[in-house]
Amino acid sequence: MSVQLWTFAFVILSFGLYIGIAIWSRAGSTSDFYVAGGGVPPLANGMATAADWMSAASFISMAGLISFIGRDGTFYLMGWTGGYVLLALLLAPYLRKFGKFTVPDFIGDRYYSQSARLIAVFCAICISFVYVCGQMQGAGIVFSRFLEVDITTGVIIGMTIVFFYAVLGGMKGITYTQVAQYCVLIFAFMVPAIFISILMTGQAVPQIGFGSQLTEAFGGGFLLDRLDGMSEQLGFPTYTEGQRSTQDVFFITAALMFGTAGLPHVIIRFFTVPNVRDARRSAGFALVFIAILYTTAPAVAAFARTNLINTVSDLPYAEVPEWFTTWEATNLISFTDKDNDGRIRYVGDPELNELEVNRDIMVLANPEIAGLPNWVVALVAAGGLAAALSTAAGLLLVISTSVAHDMLKRSFMPSITEKQELLFARCAIFVAVLIAGYFGINPPAYVAQVVAFAFGLAAASFFPVIVLGIFLKRMNREGAIVGMVAGFTFTAGYIIYFRFINPAADNAENWLFGISPEGIGTVGTLVNLAAALTVAKFTQEPPEDVQAIVEDIRLPEEALN
Amino acid sequence: MADNNAREYWKANIRIVLSLLSIWFLVSFGGGILFVDLLDNIRFGGFKLGFWIAQQGAIFVFVVLILVYIFLMDKLDSRYKNRSFEVQHKENEGSEQ
Repeated sequence: MSVQLWTFAFVILSFGLYIGIAIWSRAGSTSDFYVAGGGVPPLANGMATAADWMSAASFISMAGLISFIGRDGTFYLMGWTGGYVLLALLLAPYLRKFGKFTVPDFIGDRYYSQSARLIAVFCAICISFVYVCGQMQGAGIVFSRFLEVDITTGVIIGMTIVFFYAVLGGMKGITYTQVAQYCVLIFAFMVPAIFISILMTGQAVPQIGFGSQLTEAFGGGFLLDRLDGMSEQLGFPTYTEGQRSTQDVFFITAALMFGTAGLPHVIIRFFTVPNVRDARRSAGFALVFIAILYTTAPAVAAFARTNLINTVSDLPYAEVPEWFTTWEATNLISFTDKDNDGRIRYVGDPELNELEVNRDIMVLANPEIAGLPNWVVALVAAGGLAAALSTAAGLLLVISTSVAHDMLKRSFMPSITEKQELLFARCAIFVAVLIAGYFGINPPAYVAQVVAFAFGLAAASFFPVIVLGIFLKRMNREGAIVGMVAGFTFTAGYIIYFRFINPAADNAENWLFGISPEGIGTVGTLVNLAAALTVAKFTQEPPEDVQAIVEDIRLPEEALN
Repeated sequence: MADNNAREYWKANIRIVLSLLSIWFLVSFGGGILFVDLLDNIRFGGFKLGFWIAQQGAIFVFVVLILVYIFLMDKLDSRYKNRSFEVQHKENEGSEQ
């Protein structure tokens, strides 16, 4: 069976499964729609959180990015996992005890202010929209490459599926499809990784293969030593050494960690479990499930890099393998014969280098490069789609709850009935899907970059005010509002200045303390924190009943009787 | 739960969170970023230690930290549940006399 037939089979099977689940788990009430009735078991919520969290970027791009930047890739690896420690220890249990539906719910009630609620709604919608466009685009790439339909058709198929289960089932439908999507995506990521690890090192566990000796066929010696040697020889930076300054890596890692802990679509997952104890447990499960992919990814990165150099370096162009030609057709890999010798010269010096490889294809093309069976190659497509669609659905839900619940029910139209609110929530998802689809088909050139910035914005707006709201009883409305506005504006301003207004100045010399726009969210977090604390010190303390809320969320039911 | 108990519970909670977060910081920002070059001098198998912590080791530590947190908090919860039970029990006895 050809790769394409296998791909069709996997995609249709997995989509059928998602639709089946959607029909089975229809939402009947707003509580079903927003938080799956609050009855999701922690193991299922762990899986759903993992799928919600691991997006097209984690599945498709991350290992490829790491394989081109080497050790510095640590900011993705540690940043996107270390944030869960913050989430589990500082946020999840308390927000669960608080027990409402959304992040703006918490901010609005804790800071007894409609303005704070609306600022939170604005931040949540901004962050989620930026992020969801990237997912639709990711789904489009997978469709166009593996099913050979054009990107528009691909995006429309993806939109229809998400629309179907998100509108019908709300959080309930999304949760159980995400459980299925986690299984699909982790299987699709691990099978090729295990195959390649066995092929290259004789080790079935990629995490161990990463530090093992290569087999005779690949020239022996430790994988990483060999990769360092080859990189040096071809004039690439040494793989296991860092290229960016220490403070930049430090700040980017911190921004991604704080951002992870402040992303509304991840936080709301912890509202869906029955109690505080289960909220802690599901954070644990989520990180275990995420860690399976995240500890495999650096191994995949090293395997893919070694394999790529081994395969194409100094190869006569006439003899390139089939995968090379198919990916050339998508413009994601390109060869220009600068010295007209008919051989591919792949070196670090941009003047002499003849091969351009898009980092996104490393995971998608990896099984083909390693010559794995067709069904394994096809599996990757289904996995990429599962990753993109599961994250998109979680984000769309945040947008819809922000509109129907926080903006209409809790702010502008408090008199609507539950039935009307549910209808508005469904309409909001419908509109959000359309807008996201539009941007998926006509991506603004900077979408991929902006996705990374969503983290900086989440870090600088939500993370500090939520943590302060739990751990500092004295924190008040004025402090929170000033903090959120200051952090968000500072971070957005810095990013917009260096990426859109004055891109020429975007280098280490002009950056504040040598921190790149990717890492500025950390400074934004500190700005937010400092502004909030200072303002709170000079303004009135929060009213008694709000202080009572804080007392209450600090104590789980489990410690009471 | 009596006010006193609530305060003590919260203090114990903060102690657990702070100690786990210091390990979190030491391993990830310390081992994986600030002292990575120093640790790279130590080798095991095909890994340099600093590189390994940065790309894999820290993630394993994160998982363990959350699991330890779940365990410690469960223990704390059950201790306080019993205690507030006792307090109430005594109060009830007192009122009967």
